[in-house]
Amino acid sequence: MRESLGDRIFGILNTIFMVFICAVMLYPILFVVGRSLMSDMERAARPFALVPREFTAGAYQFIFMKGSYLVNAYLVTIARTVTGAFASLAMTSLCAYVLSRKEYPLRNFFTLLIVFTMWFNGGLIPNFLLIQALGLSNNFWVYILPNLISAWNMIIMRNFFSSIPETLFESARIDGANDLTIYARIVMPLSGATLATIGLFYAVWQWNAWFDSLMYCSSRSLWTMQLFLREIIRNVQFADLLDPSASVSYIPPAESVQMATIVVATVPILCLYPFLQKYFVKGVMVGSLKG
Amino acid sequence: MQKIKTFFCKYRYLHLMMLPCILFFLIFKYVPMYGLIIAFKDYEAVGGFWGILSAPFVGLQNFKRFFSSIYFGRLLRNTLLISTYRLIFSFPAPVIMAILINEIRSTRFKRTVQTITYMPHFLSWVIVSGLLIVLLSPTSGPAAGLFRLLGKEPVALLSDTRYFRSLLVISEVWKSVGWGTIIYLAAITGIDQEIYEAATVDGASRLQKIFKITLPQMADIISIMLILAVGKILDENFEQVFNMYNPAVYEVADVFETYVYRTGILNAQYSYSAAVGVFKSVVSLVLVLITNKLARLMGNEGIW
Repeated sequence: MRESLGDRIFGILNTIFMVFICAVMLYPILFVVGRSLMSDMERAARPFALVPREFTAGAYQFIFMKGSYLVNAYLVTIARTVTGAFASLAMTSLCAYVLSRKEYPLRNFFTLLIVFTMWFNGGLIPNFLLIQALGLSNNFWVYILPNLISAWNMIIMRNFFSSIPETLFESARIDGANDLTIYARIVMPLSGATLATIGLFYAVWQWNAWFDSLMYCSSRSLWTMQLFLREIIRNVQFADLLDPSASVSYIPPAESVQMATIVVATVPILCLYPFLQKYFVKGVMVGSLKG
Repeated sequence: MQKIKTFFCKYRYLHLMMLPCILFFLIFKYVPMYGLIIAFKDYEAVGGFWGILSAPFVGLQNFKRFFSSIYFGRLLRNTLLISTYRLIFSFPAPVIMAILINEIRSTRFKRTVQTITYMPHFLSWVIVSGLLIVLLSPTSGPAAGLFRLLGKEPVALLSDTRYFRSLLVISEVWKSVGWGTIIYLAAITGIDQEIYEAATVDGASRLQKIFKITLPQMADIISIMLILAVGKILDENFEQVFNMYNPAVYEVADVFETYVYRTGILNAQYSYSAAVGVFKSVVSLVLVLITNKLARLMGNEGIW
């Protein structure tokens, strides 16, 4: 059937609007990438330009020079992302497995106990004092231990485990398997996609985390990239961001360094997310359809 | 006795597996909750966390001090205003976006639009505020360029009390509109295609189908999401405000948690700022519980 004129106009306008929205989404990213490579003079002269006439990579050389805290911050961030994602995944799946077992007598009690923490928490001050009391200040494990289980992710995983057919558990039990074996040998191998989804949720969270770094780590050697970026954006005291041993021969314009740091902090996640998108979407669907 | 024995023996593996998890929640969630009694005490930063227990009890003094300060009104006003703007602008944006994405005919273009609009969700507020700072810079960049084109002196928008809240809302819509469409697109996918076919046969236009079929079919999910959004009216999106604000706009930007951070962590007034936090958390808990209950009555089964 042919479309009416009105419908065709609607279709065209919609396409134009969608292209516009995509441009709005992409513009800031293209903007920082392009302009991080411009000189100060060119930036001032061409306020809207995205592509530099002359490329200067001085800002990138500066932030990656020997003794720069950024390289260290990068390594800290990678370490916390990988360690955090795997540690959280192990603990979360363990917790989700137990709470998915309908015969477990404490199931409802523990579920309520955990769900309550989604609605109410001690907040900033008691947490701050507790972390200090536990000796986790200026300690890498402050990034991992307090974030081991997110109640929300645990519930998503528990719902998935509950949907595994009960007959699998029964036959395993008849064969003499205990719960630890069933968890490790049956449930884990069946849950690849769910584990990937939840693992990615944790990984993105860890990659983007900065507040714990600000609150608990005064030592720059433990700063995450996001905190480093925050400091570079807010106070442009570059000498502070370099190890005293670093020999600085050239200090690029402040704005170039800000933009280059934004690019360096953004690019890895931007390159990865399109390929992992389906897992994230699946996680949102599982979480929201029931939440 | 026998019963207790089975309870421990039969489920020993499950107990064993649960032990580290429950320890985690007790130490990192429930101990801080207990630590909230600091709000009713006069804690002088001695003895660390355990010093909270021995600090002298002062009843509601910290709360009274907060309620009678200028900050109570200011924080409440800022939080409610920001949340209201959010309900008016950030809430409907993904609904509209989902409907328009659904109207795209080409599957490839649809996928592309989805992928691109999901992108900002993966950026932290540190990065988004960094982007805003360079885009809105009064010395170089497109905002300054626009001001000059209009023949005006560039304004530092992020430090201007007139624009700050609008910038909060705009940046939030930018960051979350694409991601927010996921749940609505799922709801649209669930609509029976025969309804559309019947409407097409009856000669309905695409706009008519949107308003007469798509939107009414989405009504349930929209109302549930709206109720839940109202429940979060005191959730001020701390990370966003904290990364975007500066002393010049404290008056219009300051919300409960940013104030707790400054008075508590920076100025070490632990008891007082914890009281501010307790007030916010309790009111917000009540709101969330009420709205969750409502959402469940609306036909949402809930997750537990």
